[in-house]
Amino acid sequence: MIPELGHFALIFSAIVALLLGTLPLIGAHQGRPAWIALARPATDVFALLVTFSFLCLTWAFIANDFSVVYVAQHSNSLLPIEYRISAVWGGHEGSLLLWMLMMSWWALAVRLFSRQLPDVMLARVLGTLGLVCFGFLLFILFTSNPFERLLPGVAEGRDLNPLLQDPGLIIHPPLLYMGYVGFSVAYAFAIAALLSGKLDAAWARWSRPWTTAAWVFLTLGIAMGSWWAYYELGWGGWWFWDPVENASFMPWLIGTALMHSLAATEKRGSFKNWTVLLAISAFSLSLLGTFLVRSGVLTSVHAFATDPTRGIFILIFLVAVVGTSLALFAWRAPSVGLGGKFGLVSRESLLLTNNVLLVVSCATVLLGTLYPLLIDALGLGKISVGPPYFDAVFVPVMVPVLFLMGIAPFARWKEASLPEIQRAVRWALAAAAVVAIALPLIYGEWKTLTALGILLAGWILFTAGLNFFQRVSATRGERSLLASVFSQPASFAGMHLAHIGVAVFVVGVAMVSSYEEEKDVKMAPGETVEVSGYSFTFNGVQAVQGPNYQAAQGEFDLSMDGRFIRKLNPEKRNYFSSSMPMTEAAIDAGLWRDVYVSLGEPINPDQPEGEWAVRVYYKPFVDWIWGGCVIMSLGGLIAMFDRRYRNRRKTGGKQA
Amino acid sequence: MKSRHKKLALIGGAIALVGIIAALVLNALNSNIALYISPTDVAQGKAPQEKLFRIGGLVKEGSIQRQADGVTIRFIITDSESDISVDYVGILPDLFLEGKGAVAQGRLLPDGTFKAQEVLAKHDENYMPPEAAKALNDAHVRGVQRQAEEEAAKAAQPKASY
Repeated sequence: MIPELGHFALIFSAIVALLLGTLPLIGAHQGRPAWIALARPATDVFALLVTFSFLCLTWAFIANDFSVVYVAQHSNSLLPIEYRISAVWGGHEGSLLLWMLMMSWWALAVRLFSRQLPDVMLARVLGTLGLVCFGFLLFILFTSNPFERLLPGVAEGRDLNPLLQDPGLIIHPPLLYMGYVGFSVAYAFAIAALLSGKLDAAWARWSRPWTTAAWVFLTLGIAMGSWWAYYELGWGGWWFWDPVENASFMPWLIGTALMHSLAATEKRGSFKNWTVLLAISAFSLSLLGTFLVRSGVLTSVHAFATDPTRGIFILIFLVAVVGTSLALFAWRAPSVGLGGKFGLVSRESLLLTNNVLLVVSCATVLLGTLYPLLIDALGLGKISVGPPYFDAVFVPVMVPVLFLMGIAPFARWKEASLPEIQRAVRWALAAAAVVAIALPLIYGEWKTLTALGILLAGWILFTAGLNFFQRVSATRGERSLLASVFSQPASFAGMHLAHIGVAVFVVGVAMVSSYEEEKDVKMAPGETVEVSGYSFTFNGVQAVQGPNYQAAQGEFDLSMDGRFIRKLNPEKRNYFSSSMPMTEAAIDAGLWRDVYVSLGEPINPDQPEGEWAVRVYYKPFVDWIWGGCVIMSLGGLIAMFDRRYRNRRKTGGKQA
Repeated sequence: MKSRHKKLALIGGAIALVGIIAALVLNALNSNIALYISPTDVAQGKAPQEKLFRIGGLVKEGSIQRQADGVTIRFIITDSESDISVDYVGILPDLFLEGKGAVAQGRLLPDGTFKAQEVLAKHDENYMPPEAAKALNDAHVRGVQRQAEEEAAKAAQPKASY
């Protein structure tokens, strides 16, 4: 009964989405206040229906209702309750419903936090969101209905994929989807602005906090996925340039470009057309990502058993979204105007360079991701493009981006003076150079690429600090230093914090890629293996019983210079309900390094108490990678709460 | 600088940048493509000698052998028509099982064994890598064709013995 209620709620929500996607838009076009006014209540009802539908599915999981196909396929009565809840988005149908839920909440958030927005504008934004939601709901209802019944029901479910039975997977998809879907808001603002024909500073100011919010979620979601792959897959890697990772990374790159170009549009009215294009691209790439993941056209570690009709539907949807958006853009863009002029060296030109480089890097990732598809479609055979390609093209493009990140905050809008910037930053460069030479030497081996990475990271860090304190002392007046620090605009502080996050991230990448050590060895109980000064003594393996699995748990003594540090207990699990074994690595995490052990297989399968194939890692600075992402997100979060986004009625309302 | 010169400088710079990047990308793409080659094609000598490539198919039942050092694993990937012996040093992904689909990337050694650098893992036990599926399917199609040809040949033979 309850799954049927959920299904009905979903159908009703599609109808409401269609109403939301048509009447307010038509009303805004023809100036009918009653139709425009529909946007707010329709959004409320829509969010309520989708939330209710989602709760119904969750209830089916909690109550172990195996007469629902989706539940029977992705849950099991032995599954602990927290995984039964996260199993709701453990498969295709449910993850789309989660996507829908996120989207309805974004729409609701726009409706709640945009009181200052003119009604017409709000109606257009919510209407655009409604249309996108309608498309997705059709997709869910016709190709991926999570409420489909299995009659008669089965006594026991197939269980959640063991890889997904992990705390990381409880939060990774929701964060990622919040990011993906969040770009739909930036997209809706861009479309609304195109419809109204007014691409002005007010529009940029409205969409900035939303874009930043989506970017914060996407950053956290990607970082979370990377961290999960690191500790759960047992390969010790943190990024594989897998098509699905690329699918989430491309909107991130464009989203980053969008945030920066919105800054120029808001402050100086520059690059309006460009900004609109980026907003359309960011959301289109989110859709493309969904297509790549869901259609199964690419070989990927994320690939699930798939259904080609779904791929075709998303492809049609993608073409419709991109096609109509670009047509609208082509129609409206010529009337937009160019905005303020700027010099060859100025904040604008630097931001433009940043944008071009980010878009180029995204294009190279896109090319590498889609190239195998293209070759296959042309009948030239099946190929794969490996990580070396991405490393070779991505890193060189990012180097100037990181370099400019140090300079741009010093550059004035409109016209900046190069000698002035040079004077300001020369000591930062010198200090960064010292660190870049010292750190590799401390680690005993000179690596040019690592030194370059550290140089750029130090450069960003020192210039950010310098720029921040220059501004603090310039605006200090009679106040205490601390008061002046805290009176800086949130967006300014957030920007520097996010840039520092990038620096921290770069340090992590540079250090771990050069100085990590990895050993695959055969170990008998009592044997010791040494990696980078750490000794791992194997004490053997014993059987352990989990709630829905049986595990072989290894015990290792980790020590350094004869001093015992801690025990490490990696596991090899066998889940009752499926034939999939699962490796659980044991990690001793630290600020300066991680050490990492995972169990391979027993050398003799009949003697699990004997010798094992074991993998041990030493990973310097690896946690800085995710730490950097968290700092970036924190910076974005702070910037979002800048005062001027809240007082927009006074400054921006009139122009709209 | 006049604004016209500025514009020219900007455009020139942009073109140069795009050119450099395009060269970089094409070069990198060219040297990092791994062609997918089926076990039968490998057996017929159609595989490149020096370049990385991928093979896909089923892991033959009973073929996984652990070598004496404990970390080198030898197994056979088959498309049901031809078998390729694969060596891999390291720890195999969890879903690497006999009788299941697998994709390996590496080089062909002069003795005909495939030295894998990477063996791909899947998230889902029921998932079949498209390359592996294609290899099996192609081999199957060839098998059916051969059978049909043999039957046709048989039918065409004069029934002299009767």
